[in-house]
Amino acid sequence: MPSIELDPNLSRYSQRTRGMKASEIRALFAVATRPEIVSLAGGMPYTAALDYAAVDEVTTGVIRDHGPIALQYGSGQGLPALRERLVEVMAAEGVRATGDDLVVTTGGQQALDLIAKLFCDPGDIVLAEGPSYVGALGAFASYEAEVRHVEMDGEGLLPAALEDQLTRLDAEGRRAKFLYTVPNHQNPGGVSLSLERRHEVLAVAQRHDLLVVEDNPYGLLDFKGETRPALRALDPDRVLYVGTLSKIFSPGIRVGWVAAPESIRDKLVQLKEGADLCQSNLTQFIAERWLGTQPWLRQVDEYRRVYRERCEALLTELSAELPAGCSWTDPTGGFFVWLTLPEGLDSGELLAKAISARVAYVPGRGFFADGNGSRHLRLSFCFPQPDEIREGVRRLAEVLHAEVELVRALYGGREQDRGAAGTPLPLHRER
Amino acid sequence: MSVSVAVLAGGLSLERDVSLRSGRRVAEALASRGHRVTRLDLDDGLVTAVATGDFDVAYLALHGKAGEDGTIQGLLDVLGLAYTGPDAVASALAWDKAVFKGLARREGLATPDWIAVSSDAVRNMGAGQTLDRVVARLGLPLVVKPSQGGAAMGVRVLHAAAELGPALMTGFSYHDHVVVERFVAGTEIAVSILDHEPLPAVEIVPRDGAAYDFAARYTHGATDFYVPARLGDAVLARAQDLALRAYDLAGCRHVARVDMIVDTDGQPWLLELDTCPGMTETSLLPVAANSAGLAFPDLVDRIVRLAVTAHAPV
Repeated sequence: MPSIELDPNLSRYSQRTRGMKASEIRALFAVATRPEIVSLAGGMPYTAALDYAAVDEVTTGVIRDHGPIALQYGSGQGLPALRERLVEVMAAEGVRATGDDLVVTTGGQQALDLIAKLFCDPGDIVLAEGPSYVGALGAFASYEAEVRHVEMDGEGLLPAALEDQLTRLDAEGRRAKFLYTVPNHQNPGGVSLSLERRHEVLAVAQRHDLLVVEDNPYGLLDFKGETRPALRALDPDRVLYVGTLSKIFSPGIRVGWVAAPESIRDKLVQLKEGADLCQSNLTQFIAERWLGTQPWLRQVDEYRRVYRERCEALLTELSAELPAGCSWTDPTGGFFVWLTLPEGLDSGELLAKAISARVAYVPGRGFFADGNGSRHLRLSFCFPQPDEIREGVRRLAEVLHAEVELVRALYGGREQDRGAAGTPLPLHRER
Repeated sequence: MSVSVAVLAGGLSLERDVSLRSGRRVAEALASRGHRVTRLDLDDGLVTAVATGDFDVAYLALHGKAGEDGTIQGLLDVLGLAYTGPDAVASALAWDKAVFKGLARREGLATPDWIAVSSDAVRNMGAGQTLDRVVARLGLPLVVKPSQGGAAMGVRVLHAAAELGPALMTGFSYHDHVVVERFVAGTEIAVSILDHEPLPAVEIVPRDGAAYDFAARYTHGATDFYVPARLGDAVLARAQDLALRAYDLAGCRHVARVDMIVDTDGQPWLLELDTCPGMTETSLLPVAANSAGLAFPDLVDRIVRLAVTAHAPV
């Protein structure tokens, strides 16, 4: 007797979608979007901080002055005038490029998808920090690439660990297609790659002829207003640079880009055309006009001020409320704090209890492709108001205190029995 | 007969996502049968919405706490609105697995041996020192589940004594009481009861020998279903009888689903009674009803009519 076929398309799905499964954690997030819950989970920019009179003027002006073109198809590479403006954005961080080097994409995420599509066959190796951006891991997984993580600490990824991974791959007769890295205010770690290590990482990459994909959504959001030299600025031929306006203007307009050497750029344009013909002309015009007519760096300053204040609220409350044995990163900028739990606690298993206590976070395992990260979690401070952040931390602290007590009672001081094999390095000093 | 139905789905329960899926599907099906349908979430506007909505009946597509534990049923009783599924008392009895298993065993219904562990006993009375005894009595493997909750959330199957501590911690994340149950190897089946009549048993076979966990339940193609279950007629009759006895034991009405394992000797063992069965595309009650010739819209239409009729003034 055959089994009941509930999905008539089951036999038609591609091999690469086989790993797509319903997930308990994703289901729990359905509750986290309710207003009763303080969400320290999602990384949504605080777009309410924008100057809406200026946004209004820009969007109205686009329709008035460019309506028929803005509502038309565009070119696969992206609006030339916008690409020139994006070159200015990169220049604000010391990255030299020309408009011709760029391909405009639907946010940085599409850039990651196209890059994976361009380079990865099933089973190919991609290197990434451990932990790494969950959206990048998803993009790589959808092309069935195998991600190997490179350890990092409070100053970003460890050049020696990168060297080790590459040497090991050499010994296996295999080769990494590229290294994916977020060197500034990393998601989820919140830490930045030190200047010294930037040079060391590139030296290792040169020795092993490794391509580097540098994802830089948060570079301009340094709390002290400092900028760090981009890897692309140090070695333009070896580094693909992914940028986005999502964090410094708006994620809703979906404007990102890749800066790449000519041969790669040409292929990315073809892939982009295959994916969606072209970027929305309308939002490209809006972005171009925003960057061309508005004091956009002042807006970046405002975002920076908002996020710094929220980060301070989060860190202060963490110090006041969290149980001993917890430790966390001290972000240089960006949106996130990476928290390490005391021994015996598992952030994934704890999420249900946290949501019942009306606070949400992202469990650490999502930031690893290899099952690591159970003692870690990511807290984001970008969207909730400082008072909400403090309330959220108090709720989380209550859950953690109770959990620590319960684990201690259950194991009688032998918490290590619970075991968390291969726990990654904390990205910070123990407190 | 067209009626005005409030489909209740969502809420703050951990099963909100599953509930919203059930609710969406139920609402579409009822609308396709000509009923006037309004979808309501469980929030602080609910009483006002029900009081002013001029509804004939509420369809409860709720899963998890507040939706299945008798809370919403009690509230709707106060508001005087008919609703689908078992009443507040039946819901409360079936909702807690340890309570219902205890009740079942007392009435002579076969249910796998278990021990309930409370986080309070661990935290304040040293229950952590009794884990060896738990394993000694129940043996291995074991199933550890939160005493309250559904969708297999927080459920772990373990094969070594050392895994019991972590599994308890997981269970406690979902509820303060956890049931540690002897694992019965055999065929996993579900028998749904519609208005006191058992529907054909659905056999559940997760692919790749995996457990029937959250992913296996809600991913298309992750689980194979056979209806009727591939068991002998006598065994199926015993399973349906056990399901009906469980349904009556709680005092159910309209609809419920009974989950069981049939061991290699053909003995069905009661695992739990679900008073608000899932209505998603991969849920068991719709699969069973469909095989009995009742398409999904007919099934929800029938359930609504049962609720309206039961509530009609005599």
